[in-house]
Amino acid sequence: MEHIQRHPARVARASSRLLDGLQRWLPKLVVAPTFVLVGIGIYGYMLWTGVLSFTSSSFLPVYDFVGFDQYAKLMSNDRWLTASVNLGIFGGLFILSCLLIGVVLAIFLDQKIRQEGAIRTIYLYPMALSMIVTGTVWKWILNPSLGLEKLMHDWGWTSFSFDWLVNSDMAIYTIVMAAVWQASGFVMALFLAGLRGVDSSIIRAARVDGASLPLIYWKIILPSLRPVFFSAVMVLAHIAIKSFDLVMAMTAGGPGYSTDLPAVFMYAHTFTRGQMGLGSASAMLMLGAILALIVPYLYSELREKRHD
Amino acid sequence: MNVFKKTLTAAAVTAALLPVQAVQAGEVEVLHWWTAGGEARAAAALKEMMEEQGHTWKDFAVAGGGGEAAMTVLKTRAVSGNPPAAAQIKGLDIREWAKLGFLTSLDDVAEANNWNQLVPPVIADVMKYEGEYVAVPVNVHRVNWLWANPDVLEDAGLSVPKTLDEFYQAAEKLEAAGVIPLAHGGQPWQDATVFEAVALAVMGPEEYAKAFVKHDMEVINSALMEEVFTEFAKVMSYVDDNAAGRDWNTATGMVIRGEAAMQIMGDWAKGEFTAAGLTPGEDYICAPAPGTTGEFTFNVDSFAMFSLSDEENSEAQKDLARTILEPEFQTVFNKAKGSIPVRTDMDMSGFDACAQASMDTFKSSADDGGLVPSFAHGLATTSYVQGQIFDVVTNFVNSDDKDPVRATDQLAAAIQAAL
Repeated sequence: MEHIQRHPARVARASSRLLDGLQRWLPKLVVAPTFVLVGIGIYGYMLWTGVLSFTSSSFLPVYDFVGFDQYAKLMSNDRWLTASVNLGIFGGLFILSCLLIGVVLAIFLDQKIRQEGAIRTIYLYPMALSMIVTGTVWKWILNPSLGLEKLMHDWGWTSFSFDWLVNSDMAIYTIVMAAVWQASGFVMALFLAGLRGVDSSIIRAARVDGASLPLIYWKIILPSLRPVFFSAVMVLAHIAIKSFDLVMAMTAGGPGYSTDLPAVFMYAHTFTRGQMGLGSASAMLMLGAILALIVPYLYSELREKRHD
Repeated sequence: MNVFKKTLTAAAVTAALLPVQAVQAGEVEVLHWWTAGGEARAAAALKEMMEEQGHTWKDFAVAGGGGEAAMTVLKTRAVSGNPPAAAQIKGLDIREWAKLGFLTSLDDVAEANNWNQLVPPVIADVMKYEGEYVAVPVNVHRVNWLWANPDVLEDAGLSVPKTLDEFYQAAEKLEAAGVIPLAHGGQPWQDATVFEAVALAVMGPEEYAKAFVKHDMEVINSALMEEVFTEFAKVMSYVDDNAAGRDWNTATGMVIRGEAAMQIMGDWAKGEFTAAGLTPGEDYICAPAPGTTGEFTFNVDSFAMFSLSDEENSEAQKDLARTILEPEFQTVFNKAKGSIPVRTDMDMSGFDACAQASMDTFKSSADDGGLVPSFAHGLATTSYVQGQIFDVVTNFVNSDDKDPVRATDQLAAAIQAAL
């Protein structure tokens, strides 16, 4: 900078000042629209939803404040309780199964096998489908009068029965199946990348010490993949909480409302039943659930950075 | 320049010579979700009639059968102060829109055209807010129909069941013969449609109206309601196990193919039979749902009229309201859609047997009090109460023990919470 300012030519000085100014303002200018959009589009509307959740809004927003009435209503609503329990079942099983299947697949693929690229693509491919497609396909496969059960009956195994999709106690597990099928390939890719990043000299050292391969994975490699675990859980948890399209495509919340998830509940009440206040309250609780996951995560991440 | 002037003069002369209506030509923007098949043809007929009167028709069609997408768009438009002239809004939601001050009064059109004489009072009530018309009824669907495959019934030696007991006896025989007695789709609104027919059969129109229109807690939380749930469970036990999530037209297809014998569904099911090339009365039977002979649960489509600032457009809007209730449109539209005209003074000779039967019951029930609004289709309650009832009913159908006492308690609690 000083070097330029000492330069004798005035023209150059003027243009350099311009450049200088540009240099300082350009980055801010470039990110400004994004900031405004994110500020209004995400945080602004989040606030607005928060405000609406304290009003008696029916099918249009009104600003008649009723305190925590909508939250109280929500807590005594059977359907919301079902949706929350379902989220627990769905989220828990979905995250655990995806992690388990993803890790196992990643370890198998990491054994320097032939055609690894092709196999990896095949496993990752479900992620390329939208949840609507996944949901529709699984709905057809699991429909007793159309898919698997009918096929088995046609092949002569007439005692075969698999009616989970139309059984209100079991239907939520079919959603887990479809979601796991969709997302476990992605988890596999995450772990595979992690595995490739493990320092091979550590593994060689362990080998020299006579550790078996399973032991090396269990005691050395997997613990070193802790950050990958965190990222995977974060991504899967928010897929689970905002899960909407899969349920709509597969069961539309049915039979009855046995496969309702909070997002489905929120949509139904806000947009089709004219209960914007109640819907907003449920949306705020979903936000709370996500914050409860993200805040500790961010905290631990940021703290680790400071140690570095 | 000269040519331009001539053209202008010619245009002015032509304009002066056009019929009087065209002078106050305006634009009507109409929000609807009649985008497929017979419904689309019906909407096109209305457009043509408006254009004949010299108005411009601005189509604002938002696809999506239940109209959910259309409602979302409508809300955005209304909030931003730019609503369409008319929007397809149904039942008690009309009142909700009027309460927020969006709708305009149609009383002058109504008076000039004698709507009060033409439309049965129960239906007119739905179209009014604080005594003034704010919406125009387009058609009447009868919901409590039983559709049956005559061949299947004949093979089992049965006639169409008229009461619930006859229905159970017939269903037992059909089941023994290996036919699904009742075709049904396990979606909340379909569950509610059957529930509503059973409720009407068990309670009768008076108690039905007390429970589902006036929300009289004594009737809702009563032994009578427990009986409704008991009978409803019995009716639903004749549905096959794979009904969950099935669409209504798939269920109608089962009746057409003879896999199932009967279906309880509104008269839009007729469209499926017609599309399969079947004739009412010969190839398929339409009969009142068991136990509801002479009674009529109505589902009325309507257009609510929004307040507009432009004078000419308001004129066009009034012409639209008038045109909708004129016999010409009522005939064309309802033939295309499978419903019946909302006017009771219509000549029904061009309609099919089911529509004629529907009209007869419509008129007689309007006089003797058997005409009640359908809550499963939003004519009796606001969308919130409706949703709460749906939740209880569909939860009951899909529960393992189907306890009518608990369901009655839940229904009472749900309606109470929604009021």
